[in-house]
Amino acid sequence: MKPKRHLKLQTHYFIMTLPGLLWLFFFSIVPLRGIVMAFENYNPGLGLWKSPFVGLENFKYLFSLGDAKRVIINTIIIAGSKIILNILVPLTFALLLNEVRNLKYKKLVQTAVYLPHFLSWVILASVLLNVFSLDGIVNQIMHLMGKESVIWFSESKYFRQLVIGTDVWKEFGFNAVIYLAALTGIDPTLYEAAAIDGCSRWKQILHITLPGIAGTIILMAVLGLGNALNAGFDQVFNLYNPMVYSTGDILDTWVYRIGLVNLQFSLATTAGLFKSVISFFMIVISYWAAYKFADYKIF
Amino acid sequence: MVRKKTLGSKMFTIFLYALLGLLALTCLYPIWYAFCLSISDKTAANSGLVTIMPVGFSTIAYREIMGDAKFFHSFWVSIQRTVLGTVFTMLVMIMMGYPLAKSKKEFKLRNIIMWLLMFCMVFNAGAIPWYMTMVSYRLIDKIWGLILCGSLPVFNLIIVMNFFRGIPSDLEEAARVDGAGPWRILFQIVVPCSVPVIATMVLFTSVGYWNEFFQGLVLSTSDKHYPLQTYIQQMVVNTQSAANMSPDELKLMSQLSNKSLDAAKVFIAMVPMLVIYPFIQKYFVTGMMVGAVKG
Repeated sequence: MKPKRHLKLQTHYFIMTLPGLLWLFFFSIVPLRGIVMAFENYNPGLGLWKSPFVGLENFKYLFSLGDAKRVIINTIIIAGSKIILNILVPLTFALLLNEVRNLKYKKLVQTAVYLPHFLSWVILASVLLNVFSLDGIVNQIMHLMGKESVIWFSESKYFRQLVIGTDVWKEFGFNAVIYLAALTGIDPTLYEAAAIDGCSRWKQILHITLPGIAGTIILMAVLGLGNALNAGFDQVFNLYNPMVYSTGDILDTWVYRIGLVNLQFSLATTAGLFKSVISFFMIVISYWAAYKFADYKIF
Repeated sequence: MVRKKTLGSKMFTIFLYALLGLLALTCLYPIWYAFCLSISDKTAANSGLVTIMPVGFSTIAYREIMGDAKFFHSFWVSIQRTVLGTVFTMLVMIMMGYPLAKSKKEFKLRNIIMWLLMFCMVFNAGAIPWYMTMVSYRLIDKIWGLILCGSLPVFNLIIVMNFFRGIPSDLEEAARVDGAGPWRILFQIVVPCSVPVIATMVLFTSVGYWNEFFQGLVLSTSDKHYPLQTYIQQMVVNTQSAANMSPDELKLMSQLSNKSLDAAKVFIAMVPMLVIYPFIQKYFVTGMMVGAVKG
């Protein structure tokens, strides 16, 4: 290859990446300058660079607020439970589905369980709020069992569990895809040998299936760490109301309310930055761990 | 496979099929429920009689929607956003994924760009700086605001890139020998070889644009600019979860509300997704696996 042609190829390659780079620059990099709002008393009249600088005052104020502590705790509880259950439930489901021998039935079940993943929380919230409403199907069932009717999503003692449960329900099918794929990688002769030796289904799962997909499970667990502060804005925003703020309000919804509703830009930016920095370190650690323990490289 | 059919194993099989069937039904239920509500009699729907089957039959909800200009306008905004956004995003991802699938030797800037992408994926400025940037670009109430606001989907891009890497390099080499340039190789060799991952990404991207409501809410100054999901969020969900009401007030509100009309709107919002899902479903498992597992 002649040197001149090589240079030209590089230029072509660069041009190909250009639209993406511009998109990245204007919509991911330029917004970073807004972070200075976290360190100043932002005044829209004075603008980003002339508002008074206050150092770490916003952070001190943030952590002195009872609300902030509450939303951080809620966020960690909801996000943490989702991380754990979004591994265990899809894994169990994949193992059960793997025991189905009728391929048509298997396919049918798969097609159905992937669906909720593709429906928005707006749509699902409108259905869930009906299902769990005062005269919804859940209360009708509770009624048959002689229980009192409850407006489920307005009860702070149930809200977190409902948020976690409905999220696991929405995503379990889709999250199972990766385990199902890992299961197909297990050598079928292992099962044949085990069956001839009189191994029960349960023992086969324990001694062949689980060790066979252990790498995938570890990988998903480690990568899940990056979501430690992602409790699910879309979901909570559509399902919550002021009656459940005590248990259901999360960082993202709180940032939205103080920032875009109450227009306390500096405080909201500070809370958002707190989340971004923690998430950044969690993701870096998780990718490092995934590389170390599961030999996973993202690129 | 040899397996003794004991009573226990038969019982287990029955239990297993029943359990999985039940799970699958709960996943289909939201769609079925919205449909049932939407065609049910209005009073039956409002008094909570509709649970698993339609009660009565009425097309009034759909006839009412036919006259709702705001709903159709939102629908049109969403269609534009989804179609333009998906075409734009796919072009950007395919064009960017191809050179990044090369080694550092073949494309010198590759690793620098990859690290930049990684940084933007794991660190973001937060909602407020993002919003102020959008305001400064004058992207409020604009269709391109609704398209560009999501930023470059780095994770999907990496999946596309990994898929491109798995394509045998002999194919490209042969084309190059025949005199094809990089653009021609990309669009006539690489893209046709990548149908599974492209179909998967079309599904993910279009569903992402279709389902997005929050950016539609904060980037619109009035309800006539809302995309469909934002419209539904504001008109249906927001009033449903209206809090701080006593049970009596709630009862009154549910009598005034129109559940079958709301359900018809929700059902129509599900339709485009239900239409494309079966066509693309067969690709997405392969598309995701081949791309996510390093090539």
